[in-house]
Amino acid sequence: MSLPPLVEPAEELTIDEVRRYSRHLIIPDVGMSGQKRLKNAKVLVIGAGGLGSPALLYLAAAGVGTIGIAEFDEVDESNLQRQIIHGQSDIGKSKALSAKESIAEANPYVNVILHDERLDNDNVMGIFEQYDLIVDGTDNFATRYMVNDAAVLLKKPYVWGSIYRFDGQASVFWAENGPCYRCLYPEPPPPGMVPSCAEGGVLGVLCASIGSIQVNEAIKLITGIGEPLLGKLMIYDALEMEYRKLAVRKDPNCAICGENPTVTELIDYDTFCGAISTEAADAAADATISVTQLETMLKERDNGERDFVLVDVREPNEFEINRIPGSVLIPKGDFLNGTALEKLSQDKPVVLHCKSGVRSAEALAVLKGAGYGDAVHVGGGVVAWVNQIDPSQPSY
Amino acid sequence: MSVSVRIPTILRTYTGGDSEVTAEGATLSEVLENLDASYPGIKGRILDDQGSIRRFVNVYVGNDDVRFLEALDTTTPDGAQVSVIPAVAGGC
Repeated sequence: MSLPPLVEPAEELTIDEVRRYSRHLIIPDVGMSGQKRLKNAKVLVIGAGGLGSPALLYLAAAGVGTIGIAEFDEVDESNLQRQIIHGQSDIGKSKALSAKESIAEANPYVNVILHDERLDNDNVMGIFEQYDLIVDGTDNFATRYMVNDAAVLLKKPYVWGSIYRFDGQASVFWAENGPCYRCLYPEPPPPGMVPSCAEGGVLGVLCASIGSIQVNEAIKLITGIGEPLLGKLMIYDALEMEYRKLAVRKDPNCAICGENPTVTELIDYDTFCGAISTEAADAAADATISVTQLETMLKERDNGERDFVLVDVREPNEFEINRIPGSVLIPKGDFLNGTALEKLSQDKPVVLHCKSGVRSAEALAVLKGAGYGDAVHVGGGVVAWVNQIDPSQPSY
Repeated sequence: MSVSVRIPTILRTYTGGDSEVTAEGATLSEVLENLDASYPGIKGRILDDQGSIRRFVNVYVGNDDVRFLEALDTTTPDGAQVSVIPAVAGGC
């Protein structure tokens, strides 16, 4: 199904612009009219991170006249393995500003608008209203559902992409003409079930594979050429080097774009997606210790004044990067499948930790359920340990 | 009926890293049972405690989402490709 162009053409291109975009202008499908549509287009990119980096650079180079960047984070050294719009000298700088500077270098004819704030229910509608199209490159389910719902309520199309390790997915959602994100995934996974990139990692170049698909679809929608990826899900497997396209249907029972919608305005997305499961939150409520307390406990253990087992529930790769001395590694998965319990005596208190305290809380819920009444976990995990106790170790 | 099942990265811990495995069954339900016999625990990541497909996981037989077919009763012809596609949020 092809769609009419989303954007009307601009009045004209300047001589400089004609020179710059000549390789587009000589493609019959794009031509002068398509390039003028790009010039008139207003595209919002959410996140100047993994997906946002290549997306912003290619949208800018292609001549999209107005680009909005919604991003509140700062550039960290661990971003540079994949977020190619930022550089070494940008570390510590606002990502939005860093991205704006890179765009100015790639194409000075682009008008960049910064939304240097966290997208939330209070600002998302007002920001989206200013744009023709949205490119979603966020990193969590709560924001993704909010983006979807705001786009559906405002009748805007958006290009969605998501990545994990070697796997990517991309699609176009537009309830006016096809399915929305909730038609594909009606509900988010429970917290802790699906790891994030920060937890599971991502191959840097995967961002380009999926981010460039998103730009490709944005250009097609703006100029009205080709077959948009609407009602289709592109699945990319970088290890097998395989792209597969599957059908996505508009769900008549969809909570927001179905026949009898139950979601008619923005909802509480943190509650909908949950940062941490109820079981984990309950387990951690009275059983969380700080890294300072842990340090004292470890000293007492060294002096023979107390005994406990400190369990690191992260993955082996993470254990290689940094660790709390005296810990043993039993990944969270072993708690979920029960094998961890065989390794832990109920006679000795158990202290759990992970990277930041979410996974250890999940494992703690399992232990409490299995009768380990005195088990605790370390709030802030190894990140807090490195920050507060042992800065000589690397963080990630 | 022998079908091939595409395993997403996050479930490959169950299949020893294999991205595509074969399973037997005339319906999706039978295929998942057979899959779980070979790779214990994997079914629990796809189905919830009530035995329904989890709402953040999509299962396709060929090019179609089984939610719009017969769900777990969807027939799986010999040689069909079954794909398990969980929601992924990463963009960072």
